[in-house]
Amino acid sequence: MSKKLLLQHIDVPGINTYEVYRKQGGYKAVEKALKEMTADQILEEVKTSGLRGRGGAGFPTGMKWSFLAKPEGVARYLVCNADESEPGTFKDRYLMEKIPHLLIEGMIASSFALGANTAYIYIRGEYFYVHRILENAIKEAYANGWLGKNILGTGYDLDLYMQIGAGAYICGEETALLESLEGKRGNPRIKPPFPAVAGLWGRPTVVNNVETIAAVVPIINEGGANYANIGVGKSTGTKLISASGHINKPGVYEIELGLPVEEFIYSDQYCGGIRNGKELKAVVAGGSSVPILPKELILKTAAGEPRLMSYESLGDGGFQTGTMLGSGGFIVMDEDTSIVKNLYTFSRFYHHESCGQCSPCREGTGWMEKILKKIISGNGTLSDVDLLWDIQSKIEGKTICPLGEAAAWPVAAAIRHFRKEFEEYVTNPQNIVDVKHYYRVNNLAAV
Amino acid sequence: MPKVTIDDIEIEVPDGTTILQAARMIGGEVVPPAMCYHSKLKTSGGYCRTCIVKVEKGSEKDPRPMPKPVPSCRTTVMDGMVVRNKTAPDIVEARAGIVEFLLINHPLDCPVCDQAGECDLQDLAYEHGKSHSRYDFQRRTFEKIDIGEHIKLHMTRCILCYRCVKTAEQITDGRVHGVIYRGDAAEISTYIQNVIDNDFSGNVIDVCPVGALTDRTFRFKSRVWFTKPVDAHRDCPKCSGQVRLWEKGGEVLRVTARKDKYGEVESFICNECRYDKKNASDWVIEGPSKVDRHSVIGANHYENSVLSATDDRQQTGLPHGKKVELGEGALNPNNIY
Amino acid sequence: MNVKIQFSEKALASVNEIIARYPADKKKSALIPVLHIAQAEFDGWLSAETMDYVASILEIKPIEVYEVASFYSMFNLKPVGKCLLEVCRTSSCWLMGAEDVVRFIENKLNIKEGETTADGKFTLKTVECLGACGYAPMLQVGDKFYEFLTLEKTEKIIDNLDSTGKRSTYNGWQTGKESEIIMNRVD
Repeated sequence: MSKKLLLQHIDVPGINTYEVYRKQGGYKAVEKALKEMTADQILEEVKTSGLRGRGGAGFPTGMKWSFLAKPEGVARYLVCNADESEPGTFKDRYLMEKIPHLLIEGMIASSFALGANTAYIYIRGEYFYVHRILENAIKEAYANGWLGKNILGTGYDLDLYMQIGAGAYICGEETALLESLEGKRGNPRIKPPFPAVAGLWGRPTVVNNVETIAAVVPIINEGGANYANIGVGKSTGTKLISASGHINKPGVYEIELGLPVEEFIYSDQYCGGIRNGKELKAVVAGGSSVPILPKELILKTAAGEPRLMSYESLGDGGFQTGTMLGSGGFIVMDEDTSIVKNLYTFSRFYHHESCGQCSPCREGTGWMEKILKKIISGNGTLSDVDLLWDIQSKIEGKTICPLGEAAAWPVAAAIRHFRKEFEEYVTNPQNIVDVKHYYRVNNLAAV
Repeated sequence: MPKVTIDDIEIEVPDGTTILQAARMIGGEVVPPAMCYHSKLKTSGGYCRTCIVKVEKGSEKDPRPMPKPVPSCRTTVMDGMVVRNKTAPDIVEARAGIVEFLLINHPLDCPVCDQAGECDLQDLAYEHGKSHSRYDFQRRTFEKIDIGEHIKLHMTRCILCYRCVKTAEQITDGRVHGVIYRGDAAEISTYIQNVIDNDFSGNVIDVCPVGALTDRTFRFKSRVWFTKPVDAHRDCPKCSGQVRLWEKGGEVLRVTARKDKYGEVESFICNECRYDKKNASDWVIEGPSKVDRHSVIGANHYENSVLSATDDRQQTGLPHGKKVELGEGALNPNNIY
Repeated sequence: MNVKIQFSEKALASVNEIIARYPADKKKSALIPVLHIAQAEFDGWLSAETMDYVASILEIKPIEVYEVASFYSMFNLKPVGKCLLEVCRTSSCWLMGAEDVVRFIENKLNIKEGETTADGKFTLKTVECLGACGYAPMLQVGDKFYEFLTLEKTEKIIDNLDSTGKRSTYNGWQTGKESEIIMNRVD
């Protein structure tokens, strides 16, 4: 059984309530942090732990914290990014729903370390029932003296508030999130300046993912060095993986980084294999924006090494033969899956979620969706496939924020690894089950 | 003072200068095109991406190249920075891609557009685009609407540069229009039927780089290249009173702000100067305007313009092997698509 | 401004509590949560009048509200049916049969996606990923997530909503009042 740091008490009845959480050792990290440690010591522990941002980018958290500007007399903020909306990802929702006090505990300890007296949790609007759970948990934390003035008699004050979004994937991008938190459209800001210098209301701000902040709790409790002992290489600690698609046991799993992908897919402890006895065809390993890999490349690297669930191993081979750990949104597709149609749902998604600020993304995402729709309805040509390739290359790297890459990479990877399938779509559409399905469900005449 | 090298030309610039400003100090072909940046508007730029350049060397201190192309209008020069614009083939190609993106939903209705001849998008397409589009789907369209008695909003032509929004926010005292909806459905709008009306509202017309916001009082009066621009001024209690009159047959057809060689307004003018002073006798005439843009507007008969247009092109060669012969209509904007 | 509409006392208390979460000169930050409350208060959608009212409360220009309300997909700028059925259609949900759920609802209610039934009871909408990928396919109705859908289950859900006849809008901001988690999972 692999070690769990975040979800070890998840099956304890009532763990979502303050009393039970506290009985299981909850809020010890806050006691330790506020009473026995200085802000700098916490920062050092986080650096030592090797913790990397769990929202998708994998940037070292300690380093991000150390960039925070600390001008005299200017308030600074910690903002938790709970705007989870990368397709395939639902781990933050699970964590907030099941064990909300873990996030609150992490927020308090992290805010103390950053010298923030006000912190916000920005949660996606659609998670309505989670809002209530979080609001209750925050109330409980206030009522028991973990939030508010003079926490534990240490003189440290912290107010923690929840803010809800209203349906915009782009608000998961940290500067768009800050704009949204300021009551504006979720348009990403042009960087620099970075939030660490000018963030919420122009003041120094750290934005961290839910899971990242939760991981600060075990790091304080057990020490950064012990955390760093878990995992493999620069992929330290544990990671929540959201598993979905054609598997027997979809859900959220906490894994030690370094777990072989094959074990994750086929072991009964995790996904439990492909459902209905089918064969594995492909996996999107880190949320919709990371490159899809066919079976042979997701189980083994191009060099024939077993592929591991870690930042480095999944990235092995670059985008030619590798992918990314991303947010840990692990989407599994069986042998009957149409990669082209799946890509269409991704491209439709990015088109729908483009904020529209910069021209390559605003115009390019819709164009790609239209071409893919043409292809899946059996009207595509070979030149459409080349055009798709060219469009994605002209979006990638040319946009204000990473949504451009997020929209471009899945298109590039699908064509790179499954070009034959695209060719089959455009040359023999009559043979494609999915094209027939498209015509049937839309009550159109067949090809 | 930091030194920066752009396309192998070195220049020393004041602290805080952007790459675009530095390139403009050098002038000529190293200047990237800019559609959304506007020197008189704070926080403008960064959206259209046409001014992207490659930073080969970040600075003397940190010589690493920047991983992606950067918008030159929003990137500050560092000492020792090395930038490539025209001399980087991948930038030229990327820019052509951006031009294509900007055009896929543009109606290309130059023959009936009042902006034709002084349109930044037209110039951009001509100089940095390719001769045909690969987009074969239906283009998005919007109804054209009147926002007040003076301004026509033709949203279909808009490239969402945000200049008019920033103008309304920074120059006028009550912004009633903005960008609504999102993605490729985003549009400039007042949302509910509303009138953009205050003393300086007309400036949104001058900052619009395309024909999305046009002057209703000039609508279809004349093609721009058949009018003659002269600089003029008057004592105005509200604004600088320094304007450009567009005359034809002794009649003032239009009054606009003066624009610099990059098409950016030099000083904003009030609505009284713009709409209510249409007699030559209202003005002290200074003389013919120097329309210094190497654009299609320079094709016909503006002072200084034909020569500079010719010179520019002969020195550098036109992109994509276009040859220009200066004859009647050779640079007629209606012919460029 | 001639504002005729008015929040209920309860809603107004929530609004004021939310405004207090931000620095005094940053009232605009409360805009999105306040729009959620407004949508719940005023028939599940945001009319121009409602948005102007919100602008007056937060002391911002009406256009600032229009810009924001039209950006976010959860705000309805047109009236919707009493029950807004939102079916996720992105990758994982599609892999698990979301399209069949959509067609089933279309046939059952005799509407196409994006349409409202003639009696105004249901509006069907397809939406992008709602973070229920492991419990796919899924359907959101107001503040409830219905997951692991089958066609039979979908039918029961709709029949049940039909018989209660209540408006299933997002339930606004009910701080701490209800901790009940309403989930319909088949584990």
